[in-house]
Amino acid sequence: MYSKEFVTNVYRTLLTIRVFETECIKLYRQGFIRGYFHPYLGEEAIAVGVCAALTDKDYITSTHRGHGHCIANGANLDKMIAELLGKKDGYCKGLGGSMHIADTTKGNLGANGIVGAGIPIGVGAALATKIRKDDAVTVTFSSDGAANNGVFSEALNLAAAWDLPFILVLENNQYAVSTPIKESTREVELVKRGESLGVKSFRIDGNNVFEVYETTKEAIRICKEEKGPVLIEAVTFRHGGHHVNDPGLYLQKEELDYYMSKDPVEFARKYLIDDLGLNESEVEEIDSIVNKQIEDSIEFAKENGEMSSKEFLKFIENY
Amino acid sequence: MKELMYREALNHALLEEMRSDDTVFIMGEGIAERGGSFKVTVDLLKEFGSQRVIDTPISEASFTGAGVGAAIAGMKPVVEILFSDFTMLIMDQLVNQAAKFNFMTGGAGKVPMVLRTQGGVGNGLAAQHSQSLEAIFYHIPGLKLVMPSTPKDAKGLLKAAIRDDNPVIFLEHKLLYMNKGLVPDGDYIIELGKADVKKEGSDVTIIAWSNMLIRSLAAAEKLEEQGISVEVVDPRTLVPLDKETILESVRKTEHVVIVQEAIRRGGIGSDIASIIQEEAFDYLNAPIKIVAGLNTPVPFNLNLEKIVVPQEEDIISAVQNLVGVYQE
Ligand SMILES: Cc1ncc(C[n+]2csc(CCOP(=O)(O)OP(=O)(O)O)c2C)c(N)n1
Ligand SMILES: [Mg+2]
Repeated sequence: MYSKEFVTNVYRTLLTIRVFETECIKLYRQGFIRGYFHPYLGEEAIAVGVCAALTDKDYITSTHRGHGHCIANGANLDKMIAELLGKKDGYCKGLGGSMHIADTTKGNLGANGIVGAGIPIGVGAALATKIRKDDAVTVTFSSDGAANNGVFSEALNLAAAWDLPFILVLENNQYAVSTPIKESTREVELVKRGESLGVKSFRIDGNNVFEVYETTKEAIRICKEEKGPVLIEAVTFRHGGHHVNDPGLYLQKEELDYYMSKDPVEFARKYLIDDLGLNESEVEEIDSIVNKQIEDSIEFAKENGEMSSKEFLKFIENY
Repeated sequence: MKELMYREALNHALLEEMRSDDTVFIMGEGIAERGGSFKVTVDLLKEFGSQRVIDTPISEASFTGAGVGAAIAGMKPVVEILFSDFTMLIMDQLVNQAAKFNFMTGGAGKVPMVLRTQGGVGNGLAAQHSQSLEAIFYHIPGLKLVMPSTPKDAKGLLKAAIRDDNPVIFLEHKLLYMNKGLVPDGDYIIELGKADVKKEGSDVTIIAWSNMLIRSLAAAEKLEEQGISVEVVDPRTLVPLDKETILESVRKTEHVVIVQEAIRRGGIGSDIASIIQEEAFDYLNAPIKIVAGLNTPVPFNLNLEKIVVPQEEDIISAVQNLVGVYQE
């Protein structure tokens, strides 16, 4: 049984990601946000469960579907939304946008527009911590589609050959854009790829935030007391299309219904009420705090200015 | 003649070549059922089936390499890479393998493969989805490089590229797919290595390709209203480069502006300028002006994105300066 405080924090973070994505999609539709936007809706439990087990010393690398990782890792929402709007106080001063948010002060080495590219970068961070003898692990969030890119095998093998404190979290949402996983690989249990490289590997329910949390704690223990790396395949599903302009009509209805019924945010909310005895109004209070916080951040981002062309030209002077 | 969108013209080229030659097949991410992210390959699966219209996993280096291998083994693959930015993952197969196989085998082996991809800025797609990387391919002997600007050119050049015995990089532009233009009916080919004078004029020559050609034509129209007669030359293929058509225009107008979306440093524009000054120096009435992207990754912010690649106004003022200062 988890403490009220722990579960409340978990629920608040899950809901923050949920509301963040939902409200930012509205901003996208209204024309405030441009470019690519890959929502994390439905997959929130993975980022939240993993990051709940991490400390400030640990590193993460993220993906094109990275808002959830960022938030779970403790990012500042004002700076995140400002970045999505291309504003000057955004995480990347408006130069990066959704796919390139990083917060190196918090160990977040960045989202990525190139599928799979975060894996070797994560291995590099793990190598750095090993050389320095930091008491730290590196988590790379990656995806089922990325497992088919060469860097996946090369980098995981490096991490294994070098016994690195590296945890590869594969968010297996069973699709790469519209291609179902069974059409891009014969063995759909990606956990076996890790095993084939001699890496301790787990296949878990990615919609169960507690299972994700416990598995991550075990992975950290293995990295520190035995030897890394560890692979965690977290099985999940998107609640919609690949990006905001993709209606996702190819998603099978039964599958979608099934995963909707296992909604990670609802799951935690129910746990708070049924298992920990919070009443509706206590939970609603958390809801309204989260909603207000996102509202304020949107307001901040809208008011925020843009980098001027003069500042920009100065910034690129030495390129 | 029929009015078609650029993406439809490309689709027709693939359709016709696949109908007339069983060895032509296509592969890439989401190109089959979904018809590709830019809808270039729609409905091809229906007609040709999954043996010839192949959806790939996200394994760029290897499915490109598989294209190289299939080409050596007698097929004519058309491989699609979603964004030219992702061609950075396939460089060994292109540069060390495809580009050199014919040479290294003393002419015995052939790699008749087309690599279709698209580049350039869109609207806020940021640094890893907006690059213009043509100079990298231009630099490699053994690769041909095609960059069509109109639906008509897109179709005729893609058909020629597919029939070519060499590896061809066929570089489209994401802002061109919905552009419409008249396309001849039925089977026609535009030979690789033939530039096209898209507009005739007598005061100044603009050399531009891909989306910058479209922008240059718009600029030329405005300049015409101001009494400056602009000739616009579209090389269409950068390798091989039709030097003669370019030089002929230069000898006529004696003023040259080269417009490229790619960054200035190490760009194709610089190379074309050096060719002109070597071969037509005596005809030049002014230094050659290159209007190019700034030496920077592409920023996400839309206003800043506009600064880093040439806009219509930049082209207009470059021509005005050149002609105003040097033509008395
Ligand atoms: C190397 C590379 N190839 C292709 C793409 C285009 N692309 C972006 S996301 C995506 C699908 C990724 O699927 P998956 O890895 O399963 O992640 P998910 O979107 O499901 O989270 C593709 C093909 C890319 N960004 N990078
Ligand atoms: Mg996926």
